[in-house]
Amino acid sequence: MARTTLWGRSRPVLLGIVGVLAFLVIWEAASRLAWVNPTYLPSATETLAALGRFAVDRYYWGVVGDTMITWSIGMLIATIAGVLLGTIIGLSTFLRRYTRTTIEFLRPIPSVAIIPIAVVLFGVTREASLVIVVFATFWQILIQVLYGVADIDPVARDTQRVFGLGPLRRFPFLIFPTALPYLMTGIRLGATVAMILTVTGELLIGARGIGWLLLQRSSAGDYAGVYALVVTAGVLALILNLIIRVIERRLLAWHQSVRGEVLV
Amino acid sequence: MSVSETRHIQLPRPKPRVPGWLRLPLEWFAFPIIIVVIWSLVSAVWPDKYFPAPVVIGETFAQTWLNEAIFTDILPSLGRLGLGIVISIVVGLALGVLVGSSKWLRELLEPIFEFFRAVPPPMIVPLLILVLGSGDVMKVAVIATGAMWPILLNTIEGVRAVDQVQRETVTSFRLPGVHRLVFVTLPSASPQIMTGIRQSLSVALILMVISEMFFVESGIGLQIEIYKQNYQYAAMWALILLLGLVGVVLAVLFQIAERYILAWFRGLKGAERA
Repeated sequence: MARTTLWGRSRPVLLGIVGVLAFLVIWEAASRLAWVNPTYLPSATETLAALGRFAVDRYYWGVVGDTMITWSIGMLIATIAGVLLGTIIGLSTFLRRYTRTTIEFLRPIPSVAIIPIAVVLFGVTREASLVIVVFATFWQILIQVLYGVADIDPVARDTQRVFGLGPLRRFPFLIFPTALPYLMTGIRLGATVAMILTVTGELLIGARGIGWLLLQRSSAGDYAGVYALVVTAGVLALILNLIIRVIERRLLAWHQSVRGEVLV
Repeated sequence: MSVSETRHIQLPRPKPRVPGWLRLPLEWFAFPIIIVVIWSLVSAVWPDKYFPAPVVIGETFAQTWLNEAIFTDILPSLGRLGLGIVISIVVGLALGVLVGSSKWLRELLEPIFEFFRAVPPPMIVPLLILVLGSGDVMKVAVIATGAMWPILLNTIEGVRAVDQVQRETVTSFRLPGVHRLVFVTLPSASPQIMTGIRQSLSVALILMVISEMFFVESGIGLQIEIYKQNYQYAAMWALILLLGLVGVVLAVLFQIAERYILAWFRGLKGAERA
């Protein structure tokens, strides 16, 4: 079972690379041989060339930075609000029961629905974008924190009661460690949602960022640039996901779910 | 068994102040009603054009949506949403089972699939408009292509993790491929598949709205300017209410389907815990 040989260990990586290369070749062929209208599907090499042009363009990096700033602020606000409200509601059976229907109704509202209000209140700005990013991400984190706080081990809770830990110490030593794995799951799911809504804000509201630049390139007829920006968004999302996974493993190194994987 | 039964000792409960039959409706409706009442009071005392009173929003909702708009606007949208979701489930399941059952296909394609999943779906809407125009085909394609990836990747993961003993049993009994698929692979992957579908639904709903907002050339900003000049703030809130209701109905339908499909799974979990 265990992959001990060099071939066994490198096989997935090699096959993955072959897969990516095959995909690029098919893409190239589809464009060069005009299986799809080459105007709207520039070849892989043209797209990579456009990416190369972007890479030396300070303006492009500024736009990528704008997207990152919106995403980061949105994540920060949603996480703080989610943890605060989630802890308060989750610790009280009364609140948990009485807010359930309200949360279940508000949560599925697609945050794009509040774009008109956000724009009326804030105009074509990053703030308007942030409203929809925070609204969408907040629920992901709130729900996980609610689960997490409800999951406190009865033995641990009784133990801290017997030892007379005050409520101030209960948060760092009991509640937070219990809810942390759930919170990290919420942050991981929320990060994807936040990225989707960040570019949505740029595309539909017109806040500065890669989605906004994509529309500009599109109306300028630079379709290779459009594809390069789609690739940019994908790579950006992958990198953010990777960073969050690394943080998750570091923070939860003590936790069964992470420790268990090492043993297997 | 007797050990597990001793756990369920009922402690004497304090006498409830609310009669039993009223408790659940109170839990469900008390908080929403309080919010609506406070909102009404605030908007009666300090009228704010951006936040119209709930009654006004309700009236506007009825005027805007509860008429022939059901047939001209709402049902076509829901039809596209349903079609997009069905396509994404069918394609995601078929591809997922195919790729998940073969180790080398999985290793070959998973990096590519992970990348496609990472691309925020709204980014490809302008591309699909270029290629497919701005009609129904584009709108369904937007929903289907965006909603497919979570289903596909979760199916691959679920099919991969089919129990080793089950797989070997199927092989030694030489069950035909169809039986293997219907009785072993799909059921044992179904919890993962349902997780994928749940993640897809909210994305699909967002994409339904986006696909309809897009063909305003200058972005939605222009339309909102028109709203603003006509003082149609209540119409915006009515739209939120409508989309909220659609979201709730979708979530409820999914929960019913999940309960039905995963009944065996919850039974198993319960048995393991006891």
